[in-house]
Amino acid sequence: MAFDLNISTGSSVPIFRQIVDQVRCAAAHGSLAVGDRLPSVRALAERLVVNHNTVAKAYNDLIRDGVIESRHGLGVFVAKRRSIFTKAERTRRLDAALDAFLSEALVLEFSNEEIQLALERKLQAALPSGAASHD
Amino acid sequence: MTDFVIRSQNLTRYFGRKCAVDQVTLSVPRGSVFAVLGRNGSGKTTLIRMLLGLLSPSRGTGEVLGCSSAALTAAVRSRIGYMTESHFVYGWMRVRECAAFQAGCFPRWNAKVFNSVVDYFGLDAEAKAKNLSRGERAGLSLALMLAPEPELLVLDDPALGLDPVARRALVEAMLAVTADKDRTILFSSHLLDDVERVADHVAILDRSALRVHCAVDDFRDRIGRWILTYADHPPVLPPIRGLIYTSVIDQALHVTIANPDERTQAELEATGAATVSRTQLSLDQAVIDYLSDRRQRTSLLTAVAQEPTLA
Repeated sequence: MAFDLNISTGSSVPIFRQIVDQVRCAAAHGSLAVGDRLPSVRALAERLVVNHNTVAKAYNDLIRDGVIESRHGLGVFVAKRRSIFTKAERTRRLDAALDAFLSEALVLEFSNEEIQLALERKLQAALPSGAASHD
Repeated sequence: MTDFVIRSQNLTRYFGRKCAVDQVTLSVPRGSVFAVLGRNGSGKTTLIRMLLGLLSPSRGTGEVLGCSSAALTAAVRSRIGYMTESHFVYGWMRVRECAAFQAGCFPRWNAKVFNSVVDYFGLDAEAKAKNLSRGERAGLSLALMLAPEPELLVLDDPALGLDPVARRALVEAMLAVTADKDRTILFSSHLLDDVERVADHVAILDRSALRVHCAVDDFRDRIGRWILTYADHPPVLPPIRGLIYTSVIDQALHVTIANPDERTQAELEATGAATVSRTQLSLDQAVIDYLSDRRQRTSLLTAVAQEPTLA
């Protein structure tokens, strides 16, 4: 699996949240594909050297949010993506991400055209075969 | 209904006129990994010794595995593994003799567990205990404690003086024990990254008194850090509910508050701050804030860098 999880202690982000964020991010970027199997709670806890309750809590959050699904007796798998947020919430999250992106780009003194061009390039690279997704 | 393996009620101990443990009431749920944190001399060892019936309390009561701490029977004791601060072992015994001696004291003895821990730490069965390094001695104590497969493990600062590899082995051993839902670990430690990895419950002892006693996640949720900036030098704060710690860093006031609620932000704004922003706090910083002196002060780093203002 190309997907590698790493956690750090002493972070302001709790360990279970670090696991949730990384799995969510990997599923969104495609380094985890739909149907990929995740390590079992025990195996991941052993690899990360953390309490297995911490991993179980992360997995529960991911299942609740529809990122992964548990198939009885088989393990935990990346779920087919479905939108569980409302349109308003998705817009809010996109806005927050854009604000961070834009403030960094402007501090670095890129022009509007350069920023648009860079964004376009990234979009092309991120979306396989240039397919725009509408859901 | 939660089942508790350890309970104490107003447990108190004086040494002469000095109060070492002050009215500590706590309960440790079965299956939990319970970390007891506190500075040196805050009463952690005294509390543990009272719970295990090794020291009589001045007041209050303790209970372990349903049995009064004051009257633990041999049968109950055999279900408890206790690792002391200094990893005490009889120096004149060889490693294999330590095992035989310990095995004779317990009704159950899993030699496979003993051997795997001893192997992990690279111990020679023929080595004399007194010739072991600190890390090796810790490994031997750990093996001696785990082999009887106790249902309750009590470890008093087990990581003290261990190198990173031995520490990691200790953490892995603790995690392996917790794979069984019915086994409980109570340990004291100063190593907060280990605590973050293994513990699900936390208690903080501060100058003999219990100040925090909850699940680790609740602890993180219920403590907040704000940064206040002022047009001028930060003022001395009026009393604020839940205030735990303040420090001045580069003209900004950093405050840590327990149990913040919807009124906290307004209270902080009322101090005349130009900006009030909330930030995230790591577990180790939250614990350090709890254990630090509560007076408003500047960081030691700043204080050292500044010109002395007094002769």
